[in-house]
Parts: sequence; structure tokens; C-alpha cells
Amino acid sequence: MTAHLPVLQVVLPLMAAPLCVVIRQLTLVRLFSLVVTGTAFLISATLLYQVNTAGPISYAIGNWPAPYGIEYRIDLLNAVLLFIISLIGFLVLIYSKNSIAREITQNRLYLFHSLYLLCMTGLLGMVITGDVFNLFVFLEITALSSYALIAMGGGRLGNPQALYAAFRYLILGTLGGTFYIIGVGLMYMMTGALNMADLARLLPSVFDTTTIQAALGFLVVGITLKMALFPLHMWQAAAYARAPSTVSSFLAATATKVAVYVQLRMIFTVFGQIPLFRDTPLDEILIVLALSSMIIGSLSAVYQKDMRRMLAFSSLAQIGYIVLGIGLNNATALSASIVHLFNHALMKSALFMALGAVFMSTHSVKRGAMRGLGRNMPITMAAFVVAGLSLIGVPLTSGFISKWLLVQGALESGMWPVALMILVSSLLSIIYIWKVVEAAYFKKPKRALPKARDPGPTMWVPMWILAAASIWFGVDAGTTVGIANKVAETLLGGVPQ
Amino acid sequence: MTPEIALPLMLITPILGGLLIVAAGRHPNLRETITLVTAVSLFLITAFLTPHILHGALPEHVLVEMMPGMALTLKADPLGIVFALVASILWIINSLYSIGYMRKNGEKNQTRFYLCFALALASVMGIALAGNMLTLFIFYEALTLVTYPLVTHAGTKKAKKAGRTYLGILLVSSIGFQMLAMIWTWSISGTLTFSPEGILAGHVEGPMVLILLALYMFGIGKAALMPLHRWLPAAMVAPTPVSALLHAVAVVKAGVFTVVRVVMHVFGLDLLNATSNSNWLLYVACFTIITASVIALHQNNLKRRLAYSTVSQLSYVVLGAAILAPISMVGAVMHIVVHAFGKITLFFAAGAIYTAQHKTLVSELDGIGRIMPWTMGAFTIGAISMVGLPPTAGFLSKWFILQGAMETGQSIAVVVVVISTLLNAAYFLPIVYRAFFLSPTGNSDTTGDTPTQHVISEAPLPMVIALSTTAACTLLLFFYPEVPLTLATMLTGTTNTVSSGVINLAMETF
Repeated sequence: MTAHLPVLQVVLPLMAAPLCVVIRQLTLVRLFSLVVTGTAFLISATLLYQVNTAGPISYAIGNWPAPYGIEYRIDLLNAVLLFIISLIGFLVLIYSKNSIAREITQNRLYLFHSLYLLCMTGLLGMVITGDVFNLFVFLEITALSSYALIAMGGGRLGNPQALYAAFRYLILGTLGGTFYIIGVGLMYMMTGALNMADLARLLPSVFDTTTIQAALGFLVVGITLKMALFPLHMWQAAAYARAPSTVSSFLAATATKVAVYVQLRMIFTVFGQIPLFRDTPLDEILIVLALSSMIIGSLSAVYQKDMRRMLAFSSLAQIGYIVLGIGLNNATALSASIVHLFNHALMKSALFMALGAVFMSTHSVKRGAMRGLGRNMPITMAAFVVAGLSLIGVPLTSGFISKWLLVQGALESGMWPVALMILVSSLLSIIYIWKVVEAAYFKKPKRALPKARDPGPTMWVPMWILAAASIWFGVDAGTTVGIANKVAETLLGGVPQ
Repeated sequence: MTPEIALPLMLITPILGGLLIVAAGRHPNLRETITLVTAVSLFLITAFLTPHILHGALPEHVLVEMMPGMALTLKADPLGIVFALVASILWIINSLYSIGYMRKNGEKNQTRFYLCFALALASVMGIALAGNMLTLFIFYEALTLVTYPLVTHAGTKKAKKAGRTYLGILLVSSIGFQMLAMIWTWSISGTLTFSPEGILAGHVEGPMVLILLALYMFGIGKAALMPLHRWLPAAMVAPTPVSALLHAVAVVKAGVFTVVRVVMHVFGLDLLNATSNSNWLLYVACFTIITASVIALHQNNLKRRLAYSTVSQLSYVVLGAAILAPISMVGAVMHIVVHAFGKITLFFAAGAIYTAQHKTLVSELDGIGRIMPWTMGAFTIGAISMVGLPPTAGFLSKWFILQGAMETGQSIAVVVVVISTLLNAAYFLPIVYRAFFLSPTGNSDTTGDTPTQHVISEAPLPMVIALSTTAACTLLLFFYPEVPLTLATMLTGTTNTVSSGVINLAMETF
């Protein structure tokens, strides 16, 4: 049984998704999908444990060996990603109950569960597969289901812009997917291979060709669009702001992270035998884009009145940190990126969950509507503040650890102006988080908020699990940093310097 | 109780006290009793630890290991214990004073006030006992955050604006510069644990030392080196007990304490002495001393005048450290102690005047000495200590700093100290003169038309007791400076001028 865990990780939610449509009865659907995501979480935890103790796992789908069939290959990097996706997926689903009941039309609720599971399947599949074409298939599954999930924000509380946001995401997301598949096609043309390990072996001999260099360009641009890095981030703010709160909580924590994962895979595994950072200006490009994302993202976040848009722009900045760590090209910085993949998922999801709770009780996520909420919704706002502090990178929160490693990485590369930019971006994040704190704790509401109060435990328990984890991994970062260091060493180990 | 156990207790006691304060929020008398009991317990633990330190013990306690090789560590050494002693003694007195002040002035949100105070003291203990730069940084930031609600206590627009200045300057400087310097230090030397030789010694030299020094010094915004001083006058919107304990003692002293710590145990005196141009810090300190004094001359608001005086006096500590002579370092440490007692007395007096007579301006203080003789008597002692005349403790620290400046031939420092003494006299003595020698004007005269007859009308008793105590301490420290002086000389490794008999005396006292 344990031997088949890799395939179960993906097949379980994939099979469960259509079953939700068959079951239809809401309570049963909810119970069923909770069991499925919970199981997926347990599987990912087991896989992470196995990979961390016994090394990478390779699984051939249908027993077809690698060059002919599809290989699922799990090393420490994607084991971590699987864990993040299924953990967040499980917690967000627990959280979703009351939130979606308010935000999504009643008769579509069972469809929500089905799409949610599909989206999770796609993300898990993208991460677990060792085959670049298979990755594209999962990428499209993710994309299609997330368009529909975002559009569901147009339901109950009347938010017609959700449809527009979803459509915009669809156009840009499809472009990204197309760029990716063009890149894959070009590589297939030159090497005849789709398996990542094979590609890694075959690519160096043909890397001089324009075809492969064009392939690299298409891949990087396509993936950059998916991870919403500057200047290809335009779809993100609207999508996160208009989607149902549950969907934002899930996608903000996972979707862009998976795109970052694909980027890492391409650079360090598929093109792993080629010294990309030496032979191409990719590292400079990544650093420049990352720095722009950090500064522009943080600056834009400062000026947002809609708090979900604010968090979306903050995500832009945070993805900037992660990409910066890749571009700096040393073990400490890369380890910072990987730690931050995990830490940011925790805190951003908690923040969106808190906003979801605010939206439920005040029907608004404008900063003005949060005035005085510190008194009315103490549990929710405290979680928001804790996760917000982590976003800033205050000591004893997980964000501090990420920033510490990243600044250290920048200094190790001798780039102290970059280190300074990281800190400038952190300072900007103080401003936008503090504005919320001031509104919630130091301002009186414009009108009385008799109905605004904390949500029930199904919402605040998952929110606080994530917020508390942000503190926990800031105080005791031994585990996360240890794993990240291992991953970084393995990734860099493949690259001839 | 072993010294190792005492360390975490010094952190836990105020935090626990804070929790109990919240729990007792509805019963003011119980709540204030808890504050006092906590303050006394904290002092007793610190006092218990002191003789061990005097005997050369350096107890250490690892709180938690954050990353491999990077732990939160508490470690008591002479410098830390001096700061902890000052803060814990003054917390007791200040709590007494707060009770009088907060009740008489009918302040709101008193539970939050006492809670934040307790948490601020916990942060101060963390700073004092930090065994490495990371621990110090974390508690330094914590102190900024927990004192913010105290600064904005009034909740007015002005208070919020001041709060933004406060947070803005302190966080920008610490995250922008101090954190960068710290991570840089870590990546250069692989450790952040304070060592007597200095962490950086042997790892860097030349211009790199200067860059790091600048990042550290301007990263420590709490030391109020110009141009990073503006948060301190802004913070004066807070209730006076906050200005007294936090912005004359705990917060600002945390700043200069960090300066001394960094100069001695991150860089090391030898490294800085060997680096050319490292004396720029001395010039910045001199500039701050003079400029802040000149600004203080023109302040009519009493608390603002005191705030600028604090800015100026803080730079004495920086100056003492920047002279880079062991004896001036002793002066710097002593100044942390004596300025604390002197300045808290002055703030106590300002708060007492406000509470009893509702006056905040210097120009309103004519004849107030006749109405509030205890208060103004204490004020006079504090003022003399600021000027630095015997028999007040302010004389001692100036003496050591001057001695260091002369030994190393830093004539500019000597000149600055002399000018500053005159300036201090120029802005403090007129207040004393007004209070005692001019006749009262305006409607404060409640007794009748004849100016010679005045009913003594002091602030509530707890406040008078508090300010008299600190004034008395300022005098006593002049005659009995042994404990802080011994600790300061132990720190710098200068020849122990004080016999071991004094140490035993100190042990018996505690």
C-alpha cells in the first residue's frame, strides 16, 4: 500500500471530484471532501517523512518504465510542496463551510467542492510528476478549475466583477500555459524526450541551438506569468480580490508557490546540467524582476483600500523575495527561498482567512470597514496581526527567519544594495500592515458594529493553526531551515559551477 | 535558587505580572498591588543575582535554539546587571508614582497602561541580559512595540501622530540599519555571541569597520543620536510616568546600553582604536550634546525641555563610549545610572506640577517652589545632577568621561563637556530661580491676595514619596557609588579601584 502512495496522492482527489457531483447532498459532499483532503494530507506527510529519511521515491504509472510511461518522482523539494498544498487544502476546506455558504449561490455549493478537489489535484499533480508534458496537463486542470472557482465570487453577495477578474485570469493564464507548452514542444523536437531526468541528460548537447534557447525563453516567461512576477502580475490582484474568500485563501497560498516550484524544477533539474546562471543572463533577469516585484508590490500594497487587493500586492512582493533567492545563486539564498515558500503559504493563507471572516460579518474588506474591529472580533484580528507581523518579518515570527537567510544570502553574494532593498521592502510592509492595525485597534467605527463578531470555530481554528504555526516556525526554525538547506544543496549540487 | 534560574525568572516575572494585571483589570486596588508586588519581586531577583556577578560569575541560560548555531541566550554580566538593577529599582518607585498620577488625573485604559509597562520591563530585562546580538535585537524591537500603546495612550490625533513618528523612526532605523549590520556581522564572523574581545575583531578592518559602525550606531535609534532624535520629544505626549520611566530611563537607556554593548562586545575597543577615522562617532555625539542643549534652551514646555535635555545627556554615554578609553567607558556606564535617577526625578516633578497645578510651561512656574517645596526641592537636586555638580551623582560620570577624554587627548570632547555644563546650567537654573525667588502670578494663588502667604499644595502623597526617593538616591549615589562603579570597572577590566571589602558590603546589603 505505501508503495502506491505517490499515485494515490493525486488519484484520490481526482476520483473524488466527480463523485461530489454524484453525491450532491451538501452535508455528505462536505464530509466526503473533508475525508479526502484529510487523507491527502496524511499521505503527503508520510511521503515527506519517507523522502526525508530514505531519499527520493520514483513511481512508474501503470508500471510503464520511465522513457515510455509517466514517472512520478518525489524528492525533498516536491515532498515539501505536496505537504504545503495538502495542508493548506485541508485547513481551508475546514474553514470554508460558513464562508462559502455566504458567498456562493446555494445550488452551486456541491460544485464548489468538486472544483476545489480538482484544483487541488492539479496542483498536486504538477508538483509530483516527473514528466514535463504531464505537468502541462495538470497545469491546465488547475487553471480551468481555478477560473471557475474565482468566477463563483460573482454569486450570492453580488460581485459581478468576479466574472471579469476570472475572464482576465483565463486570458493571461492560457497565455502562460501556451508559452509553457511551446517550450516543452521545442524541447521535445530537439531531444525526443519528455521525462525530466532524460531531458536533463540530453539537453546539454543541444543547448547551443537557438531552438532550445527559445524553449528556455518560452518556459521562463510562461512560468513567470503563472507565478505573477512583475511585470506579468496584472491578473493577480483582481483575481484574489474578487474570488470567494475561501478560494483566495487557498490559491494565494498554493498556486503561485507551485509555479515557483516549476521554475525551480526547470532551472535546477531539467536544465540542471547546464550552467544557466553562468551562460545566460537568467540570474540578472530574475534579480531585477524580483527586486521590481518587491518594491512595486509593497508600494502598491500601501495604497490599496481593499484589503484583499492589498494582500495580493503583498504576495507580489513576497514572490519577489522567493525569486530573488533563486537568482542570487548561492545555497543560503536558495534555502531562504524554500523556507519562504513554506512560511509565506502559512501566513498568507491565515491573512486571507481573517479577511474572509471580516467579510462575513461586515460585508466589506475595505480598510475603513475594519475600524474598531479589534474590539468586536478579537480572535480574528489577533490572528490577522500575528500573520501580519510574520509578513513584515518581525523577530520570532517565521517571516523573520526567511528574511534573515535572504539578507544573508544577498550579503554572501556581495550584493549589499540588494540586502538593503529587502529591508526597504520590509519597511514598506510595516506601513500597510500597520494601517490595518491602527484602523482595527486605534480607531472608532463610523457606525456601530453590533453584528460584527468572531466567526465560529470551524473558521477560527484553522486560521489560528496557521497563525500559530507562523510563530512556531519563527521560534523553532531548526526543522524548516534544516530541510530547506538540504533541498538547496541538492538543487545546487546538480549545477556545474 | 541558582543564578542560572534567576535569568529566565527576570524575564518571566514581569510577563506573568502583566497577565495577572489583565486578570485583575476590574479591581484597581488589586491590580496596582500586583504591579507593585511584581516590581518588588523583579528587583529582589536582580538583587539576588548582583553579588554573584560582583564575584565574577557569568551565569548563562539558553532560552531556545532558533536555527543551528543561533539561539536566544540570556547571560548576566556586569554591564547587563547594572542596567537591570537601575530599571528594576526605578520601576518600583515609578509604579508608586503612576498610581498617584493615573488616579488623580482620571486616565482611561489604566489596565492596558500597567500591562504595557510590565511588558516593557520584560523587554528591558531581555535587552539587559541578552547574551548575543540577536537576542538583544529581538527584545529591542519588542520594547518599541509594547511602548507604542503607552505613547498613544491619550488617543488624540496628536498622540497618534506622535505614535507614528515614534514607530517610524525606531523601526526604520532598527530594521533598515541595525538588522542589516547584525546579519552582516553574522555572515562575516559566523557568530553573534558577545565577547570581551569583540565579535568582529580579526574578521574585518579598514573602511568596512566604519560602514558597520555607522550601520550599528544609526541603527540604534533609541540612543537618539542626531538626526534620529525626533521620536523622543514626540513621545512626550504620553502620560508623565511613561515619559519618566520609559523615555528617561528604560527605552533611551536601552539605546545607549546597546551602543556600549556594541562598541565593547561587537567591535571591541582594540579594533576601533586600530581603525583610523573611527572617531567620527565622537563628533556626532559632541554635535548632539551641544545642539540638543541649545534647542532645550528655547523650549517653554517643561517636558519638551526635559526631552531635549535627555537627547543631550544620552550622547554623553555615546561620547564616553566613543572616546574608546576604559576610564571613559566607566563614565559611560555610570552615566547610564546617574542620569536615570536624576532625569526621572525631573520628570516626576514635572508630572507632579501638572497634577497639582495643571501647569506645563516653564513660564508658568513662577513661585511654584513655595507651593510645592518638596517637588521643587527634588527638581533642584535633579537639575544640579544634570549640570554635574557635587554633591550629586551627575558629577561622577562627567568626571570619568572628562578623565578619559584628557587621557586620550581628545580636547574637543573636553571642550564640549565644559560648554554643555554651562548650557545645562543655563536652561535648568532659571527654572529653579523662578520657582523659588519669583512671586507666583495668575490664578494658581488660592490663598488670597498677599503673595507671601501660600498654603502648601503638593501632588498626591505617593507621587511626593516617589520623587523624594529618587532625589535622595541621586545624592546617595554620589557618596556610595560602589556597586555600579565596581560593576563598571569589572566590565572594562580596568584596575579594580574598589576593594573587595565593598563587594562584601554590597552582598550583605542585599
